[in-house]
Amino acid sequence: MSFFAITRATLAKDIRLEWRSKDAINAMLFFGLLVVVIFSFAFDPTAEESRRIAGGLIWVAFLFAAVVALNQTWARELRNQVLDAYRVSPAAANPLFLAKALGNFIFVCVLEALMTPLFIAFYKLRALGPAWELAPIALLGTWALVINGTFFAAISLRTRSREIMLPLLLFPISIPALLGMVNATTAVLSGEESAWFWIALLLAYDVVFTTVSLLLFELVLEAE
Amino acid sequence: MIDAQSSSGIVVADGLIKQFGRFAALRGVTAQFAAGKLYVIVGDNGAGKTTFLRTVAGLAPQTHGKISVLGSSKIKNVRAQIGYMAHPSLLYDEMTGIENLSYFAGLYGLPLSRCREVMAAVKLDPDLERPIGQYSQGMRQRMSLARAILNDPKLLLLDEPFSNVDLRSAHEMVGLLAQMRDRGKTLFVVTHQPGLLESIADEFVWMEAGKITRRTPHLQVPQ
Amino acid sequence: MRRGFTLLALATALLLSFALYEALIAAPTEQTMGDVQRIFYYHVPSAWTAFVLFLINFVSSIVYLIRRNPKADILALVSAEVGVVFCTVVIVTGPIWARPVWGIWWAPGDIRLTTTLVLWLIYISYLILRRMSTGGRTPVIAAVVAIFGALDVPLVYFSIWFFRTQHPSPVIGGGGSLDPRMAHVLLINWAAFLCLAWLLSWVRCELEVATRRVDEAQALESLRESSR
Repeated sequence: MSFFAITRATLAKDIRLEWRSKDAINAMLFFGLLVVVIFSFAFDPTAEESRRIAGGLIWVAFLFAAVVALNQTWARELRNQVLDAYRVSPAAANPLFLAKALGNFIFVCVLEALMTPLFIAFYKLRALGPAWELAPIALLGTWALVINGTFFAAISLRTRSREIMLPLLLFPISIPALLGMVNATTAVLSGEESAWFWIALLLAYDVVFTTVSLLLFELVLEAE
Repeated sequence: MIDAQSSSGIVVADGLIKQFGRFAALRGVTAQFAAGKLYVIVGDNGAGKTTFLRTVAGLAPQTHGKISVLGSSKIKNVRAQIGYMAHPSLLYDEMTGIENLSYFAGLYGLPLSRCREVMAAVKLDPDLERPIGQYSQGMRQRMSLARAILNDPKLLLLDEPFSNVDLRSAHEMVGLLAQMRDRGKTLFVVTHQPGLLESIADEFVWMEAGKITRRTPHLQVPQ
Repeated sequence: MRRGFTLLALATALLLSFALYEALIAAPTEQTMGDVQRIFYYHVPSAWTAFVLFLINFVSSIVYLIRRNPKADILALVSAEVGVVFCTVVIVTGPIWARPVWGIWWAPGDIRLTTTLVLWLIYISYLILRRMSTGGRTPVIAAVVAIFGALDVPLVYFSIWFFRTQHPSPVIGGGGSLDPRMAHVLLINWAAFLCLAWLLSWVRCELEVATRRVDEAQALESLRESSR
């Protein structure tokens, strides 16, 4: 079976399993809501201030919510050691990785779609720059978090206390991506400068780490 | 036609050592196994039986030593011809039997009809709507066997296939294994109940502390 | 082997004492910053040494993934550990210098200091991963993470470079040329630090080789015990 057929089958399987068990989604949505509410208590800025800090607030909140979601990525494959069934099959490693990354991407996007209106409401946000630019920023930024997050979640599987290992690995590596997301968002909200350098940086980050992940995932999957 | 497999064996291990950090599970396994036979691997807990099976399946690459499976030292290249049934079920609890199998069949590039075939072979109803999580232990083990034989493997590796299975199901499974052997397949069975396989086994392989200590044609109590 | 080690240890001791004299007494006092500038002779060579070590870590990680040679893995581990030590020196001396000169402890926009900080974070997480991973899989996943970390460095650099142009900060530019006498002292210090790094790595390598040999022997021994 071809690369994309396996990717599609794995993604469909994951979505079906999530739909049936609803292990992660409910808790995650509630977690997203909690993060927004807690942030709104912790920071209570004026409209002018909030435009300056909202980029940082939003993306840090997304990052926290994403980490909780990413930690669930491989949990399902560990129960009954189903991952071994994939590993003994002749299927290549990368379709599995790509399916997991896409699944997380969809998942975190849903989460962001839920949290964003709340942020807008709590912080009375209104973009002074071209608001449509927020779409590529959100997509590229989310992919940047998810691609490395999925990869490092797989690495954390091979460690003790894997839930804590994921953020320890993910946060330092994500610093340039985080700078990109935050500054691009702030640029659009404040309308003072162009966001395009940051969007280009995010794109470069995504290309570099998607490539490396696909090159190296097999080594991680086979490591035992 | 004489190929490399039949002349030197379907599984050839040479000085296999598998070390997990400060613990070695295999401590120098050297052995040859011929094609078309049913081998029963017996030994105490921690003797290295499961690790040996996982090494042959390519799941736990050895730390030192050499292994060749189906004539290839790169087990990755012969995966399509290996079947592996582990102690855990290796199935998704929330999906039905046929949903599980059709996902795995996709990984091997096999059609849906093959899934129905193997379910019938292990005497399970392919149209059963229940998710695997609600199966009885015996049904789950048979389901697990169905997944392992999905690709009609030349080499079948089974880890404790009879644990928690009622006697009748166990005998049915033994019958199925005997059939496969008679069709020229090679089987390795790790079990705590070697008595079940006494009648059909070709050889008993005794493992002790990470090594193969003896190989006997019959099940006899080791001194 | 033993002789080489003794020679290296002697050379390091001599170079370090000479470099100390050069940095604290022989080098001319900087006109505007005064004596505090002398920390520069420790700050900059430490940074260069740390970068060299992280480069060694990156290269030996790749070599390990291709050749699966345990020596490459040991070199990767040791260079990361010693590199983190030198990197820590950079991060501690940076603010000590910045406080009297710039009037602030930390300049978030300073590209070199911030990149070094991110580098430090990445390699600390690398070392934690090595500690936390289980079984015989540590070398492979550590090598993979090392590659991710190394590839992140240019991205960190560019992002902070652009960040700085947006947020003006009291960075002294590289504009002024260095007094040749100061450059001379700087290089002597760097040579001394490289020797020290080499010496530390050597000791640490031998220790790691011995540890692994003991572990392997114990692994085999423990089984023999249990078989009785």
